[in-house]
Amino acid sequence: MYDTHAPDTLFHLADGAQSVIVVTDLRKFFGDVKAVNGISFEARDGEITGLLGPNGAGKTTTLRMLYSLLPPDGGRILIDGLDPTRDAMEIKRTLGVIPDSRGLYTRLTARENIAYYGELHGMSGRQIEARIATLVDTLDMADFIDRRTEGFSQGQRVKVAIARAMIHEPQTVLMDEPSNGLDVMSTRALRDYVRGLRRDGHSVVLSTHIMQEVAALCDRIVIIAKGEVAADGTANELLQRSGCDSLEDAFVKLIGSEEGLLA
Amino acid sequence: MKGLTIVFRKEVRENVRDRRALFNSLLLGPLLFPLLFVGMMWFLASAEQERAQQTLELPVVGAHYAPSLIRYLEQQGVLIQPEPENPEAMVRNQDTPVVIRILPDYPERWAEGLPAPVEVIMDPSRQESNAAIRRVKGLLLGYGQQIGSLRLQLRGVSPQLASPVMLRDVDLSTPKSRAILAVIFLPYVLMITAFTGATHLAMDTTAGEKERKSLEPLLINPVPRWQIMTGKMLTTTVFAMASLALTLVSFRIVLPYMPVGAFGMDLTLGLHTLLKILLVISPVAILAAALLTLLASFAKSYREAQSYMGLVILIPMIPSLIFMANPVKAEVWMMIVPLFSQNILIGEIIREEAVGLSWYALSVASTLAIGLALAVVAATLYNRPRLIFSGS
Repeated sequence: MYDTHAPDTLFHLADGAQSVIVVTDLRKFFGDVKAVNGISFEARDGEITGLLGPNGAGKTTTLRMLYSLLPPDGGRILIDGLDPTRDAMEIKRTLGVIPDSRGLYTRLTARENIAYYGELHGMSGRQIEARIATLVDTLDMADFIDRRTEGFSQGQRVKVAIARAMIHEPQTVLMDEPSNGLDVMSTRALRDYVRGLRRDGHSVVLSTHIMQEVAALCDRIVIIAKGEVAADGTANELLQRSGCDSLEDAFVKLIGSEEGLLA
Repeated sequence: MKGLTIVFRKEVRENVRDRRALFNSLLLGPLLFPLLFVGMMWFLASAEQERAQQTLELPVVGAHYAPSLIRYLEQQGVLIQPEPENPEAMVRNQDTPVVIRILPDYPERWAEGLPAPVEVIMDPSRQESNAAIRRVKGLLLGYGQQIGSLRLQLRGVSPQLASPVMLRDVDLSTPKSRAILAVIFLPYVLMITAFTGATHLAMDTTAGEKERKSLEPLLINPVPRWQIMTGKMLTTTVFAMASLALTLVSFRIVLPYMPVGAFGMDLTLGLHTLLKILLVISPVAILAAALLTLLASFAKSYREAQSYMGLVILIPMIPSLIFMANPVKAEVWMMIVPLFSQNILIGEIIREEAVGLSWYALSVASTLAIGLALAVVAATLYNRPRLIFSGS
């Protein structure tokens, strides 16, 4: 199981890497339901960390506490040394978040949607313009950037949602089930984009219930089931620990059931 | 406060592009209500006129028992119709508004100087037959009085003895104060307009945003939630105000085409009057925006919000309905009650009665205070995570 360090030592791990996100014994209860029941993990600087777990395991709830929209009932979160319960505004300024809800304003163009978030981040018109130009390039949005988002495909919508979340050039990025509802090509493009973020030195935490996603993307995997961390480590570490040949078998063995995998 | 302006600008831009918002706020109230009002007046005026001029066709049962009564009726321009098979059914089927039946003992009692029985068969619950009923009854009473006077004279008694009281109307109402219908209707319409003008936006900016799944990402932006909510309420208020202003302008344009003369009333809305009414009503726009936003914030979807709105729209009707059923004299304490005070003040403005400045101040201040209190509650509502994530 997870070995608990004191929070301050977690910032400087043995191999010299630094943690940007440190979660210690995080808890969230909804009535009798223990949605998150003592989750601890860390996300390292410049790495992609995957929260893997079946639907309803507590991934979204954990992320919502990270981006300060949900107050925890117990435990501690530190993101770049900031606590979301105390520095909510500062956390929101530093993080880039693509939540599960990715609704756009259909009566605004893609550009207006993205610019709205830029303004809310306090950016000037010129800054926003320049930044959108870059995002249009990286996310390949030139065809639809000035169209109203009514009738956009899932792939186009996700691109706009990513662009508006990245408008302020956040160093750390949180993504909740980013490939949900995407077709094969869009999923490929999304994975390329996430790898690009790592290449540019960003830290990414993403949640998913899809095995292939973590296998293809993540440096480290945190397996979450029933509100608790079942295991964590690199893909190889997880294979070794479980004694399995494939990640899928390892996953089933580590969470102790096939529940949620067939979703 | 920068966040507030950004949200306001975006909501205005988005809703100006929304045909549903434009229709609900800027077209429905301003066009529908004045046209409805004028249409109603035209209809009433022309129906009254028509009925008054129409020759009255009156089926009579047992006409041969009272030849002199029939002659009298004919002299008064009534067209006597032959005896129907079943007079009750005829009235019930609305074939005729009224039938009179002269009973068989009429001649006998007439001869003895006893009251002779005549039945008026009618259904007064049918509005449209009331004019005919009134006319028939008036004619019958007139005939009765005429014969009564003659009988007294024959016995050497002055008929004046039989009318100890003489009634004479002294009418002090002015053409302006006679604009009763407008006095009731205009505040009613404006009150409803303040709410209908705010409804769509209040729902779209809260429940709609939740339904479109754009609320959660919006709240992740580094802007205090109260600023986001206040920006939204400000947009809603502006649309409600625009709706009110347009409705007033549209009344101003339409009024000259009204058959006001038929009712002996004089109704003009000068620029000064319009501005005064707008001033009195504008706190209601703020109140409506805050109240509706507050309610819609609890809804998971636009549709759920709509089901609440059906009830809320009854609120602005209450004062008008109460005043219609039970007209009361305006008193100072009423100025503290939102909607009531505006109802009274707008009525007084239309009648061109002088109203103390303190009444205006009291009305504006109290409605504004209650509206702002509701706005404060609404602004902090999304501090509860339960409301952000409900429905997702």
